Amino acid sequence: MERKEQYSRRSFLKISGLLTAFAAVPVSVKAFYQDVKQFLVPKKNVSRITLSVNKTSHTLYVDTRTTVLDFVREQLNLTGSKKGCDHGQCGACTIHIDGERALGCLTLASMAQGKEITTIEGLAKKGELHPMQKAFIECDGFQCGYCTPGQIMSAVACVKEGHTNSVEEIKEYMSGNLCRCGAYNGIVQSIQKVAAR
Amino acid sequence: MRPFNIEKIDSISDISKIKSVNKQVIAGGTNLVDLMKKNVAQPETLIDITSALSKKVNLRGNLLNIDAMASNSQVASDKDVIEKFPLISKAILAGASPQIRNMASSAGNLLQRTRCPYFYDITTPCNKRKPDSGCSAIDGNNRMSAVAGYNDQCVAVHPSDFCVALAALDAQVSAITEDEKVLVIPFKDLHKLPENTPWLDNTLPKNAIITDIKVSSNAFARHSAYVKIRDRTSYAFALVSVAAALDIKGNTISEARLASGGVAHKPWRWYEAEKFLKGKSATEDVFEEAAKLATKDLKPLSENAYKIPMLQGAIVTALKDCVNL
Repeated sequence: MERKEQYSRRSFLKISGLLTAFAAVPVSVKAFYQDVKQFLVPKKNVSRITLSVNKTSHTLYVDTRTTVLDFVREQLNLTGSKKGCDHGQCGACTIHIDGERALGCLTLASMAQGKEITTIEGLAKKGELHPMQKAFIECDGFQCGYCTPGQIMSAVACVKEGHTNSVEEIKEYMSGNLCRCGAYNGIVQSIQKVAAR
Repeated sequence: MRPFNIEKIDSISDISKIKSVNKQVIAGGTNLVDLMKKNVAQPETLIDITSALSKKVNLRGNLLNIDAMASNSQVASDKDVIEKFPLISKAILAGASPQIRNMASSAGNLLQRTRCPYFYDITTPCNKRKPDSGCSAIDGNNRMSAVAGYNDQCVAVHPSDFCVALAALDAQVSAITEDEKVLVIPFKDLHKLPENTPWLDNTLPKNAIITDIKVSSNAFARHSAYVKIRDRTSYAFALVSVAAALDIKGNTISEARLASGGVAHKPWRWYEAEKFLKGKSATEDVFEEAAKLATKDLKPLSENAYKIPMLQGAIVTALKDCVNL
C-alpha cells in the first residue's frame, strides 16, 4: 500500500513555529512552567523492589505507587491477574500472598517484598492444569472469562480453607469475586467437584 | 494517586524519626490504598508498620488480647475467639470479603474511614475530607447515612462490623503516642460523634498508634448474635447491623448488650434498651418492647427513614437469635 506523506507542509509550519516561539520564552517563564508542572504532575518516586512471583525472584526499579497487580501485569507481563475495578470491590485481581488469597490491586508492591506471590500462571504444574482449572472447564465455570483467574485463585483458597460444606457456605466465601456473566452456578459446581476429592 | 515515599520501620519508636509533614502509617492498606487512588488521602510519606507491631491473638486468664497486626481472618478463626467471644467472630465474618479479611489488620479495621459517597468524591464538599467545606450528604444521597448522633456538619456512619461487637463487649484499646506515652482507651470513647470536628473519626492523638485490643471474659458466649442487613446477601456495608449479647440466668436476663452499625458516626450502643432488658424474661414481647425503646428518638434524614423499622426488626431478630427463639 502506498504510504501517505507523513509530514504535511502545514504541520511542518506549525511545529517549527511552536519551536521558535518556545525558544523565545524567557528562562524565568520556563522555570515557572516547571514549577506548575511539578505541582500538577508531581515527580514520581522510584524504588528498588524485589518480589518473588511464582517462585521466581524479580528485582526492578518501579514507581512506589506500583501495586502487586501492576507489577505482575505491566512489568512481568503476567497478564492472567485482571484489573477489574482497581478498588478492591470485584476480586478479578485475586492472587495468593504466602498461600492466602489477597487482592493484588490493594497491595503495594513494596509491601509484598519477602513474601511469596502466586498468580494464576503459577497454578499449573509441569504443563498440567490445576484440578480447579480443569473443574472450571468441565463445569462451565465461566463465560467471558475476565473474572475467571480471580475466581480460580479464590476457589483454590476456599477449598484449602475448608469453606465448602454447603452451597451457601461456598457462595458466602466466594462473595468477594464478582462475575457479571452470572456463571456462579458453574463456579459453585467446580468448587464442589474439587472439594469432593 | 499522588507520588509518595514509603519507608518500612521495625519499631514504633522510629515513627518520630521520620521527618515529613504529611506522614501516614499503613498496615493492611485495604482502605488507605483505595483512598489514595481516589486522591482522598494524599500522604507524602507512607510508613509501613507491618513489621513494627505484633500479630498474636491470645487469651491470658480472663483477658483476650488482639494485637494490632492480627488479620481480621485470623481473629475470626481463632479458637478462643470462636468459643468464648463468638460475637467478635460473627461480626468480622459479616464484613468485607475473605480476601480483604486476610489483608486487613485489626487496628486498621478500627481506623477505617466512612464509606459516605461524598467523602470519596473529591469534586463535592465534605467536612470530613475538607474541613469547613460543607456536608453534601445532609440534603443529598443519604440513604446510607446516620439516624442518630449526627449534626449539620456530618451525617456519615462508621462502616466497621468488628467495632460493633467490640463496642457491645466493652473492649479496651491500647495505643502509644508519638512521645511514647501508653494510652488505654475504653472502646466507647475511641470513636467520636462529628461535633465541630467531623474530620476526626476518633479521639486518638495525632500519630498515635494502636498496639492492641483487649476484651475481658464475659458470660455472653452462649447467647450472642450479629444481624447485618445490607443491599445484597454478602460483601456490602451495613444499612443497619445489630450486635446482641445476653447473660441469662434461668429465664431472666441478668445482663444485656445491644449495639449497632450503620446508625451513627461511631458504633452505637442502645443503653436504654439494655437497661430495660435487665431483669426481664427472654420473650419476643420483651424484645419488641426493647426495640421500640431503642429506636424511639431516632431522627431520619430525607432518604433513610426506612432504617427505623429495619432497625427495630434487626434488634428483635438479633435478640431472638441469642436465645434461638
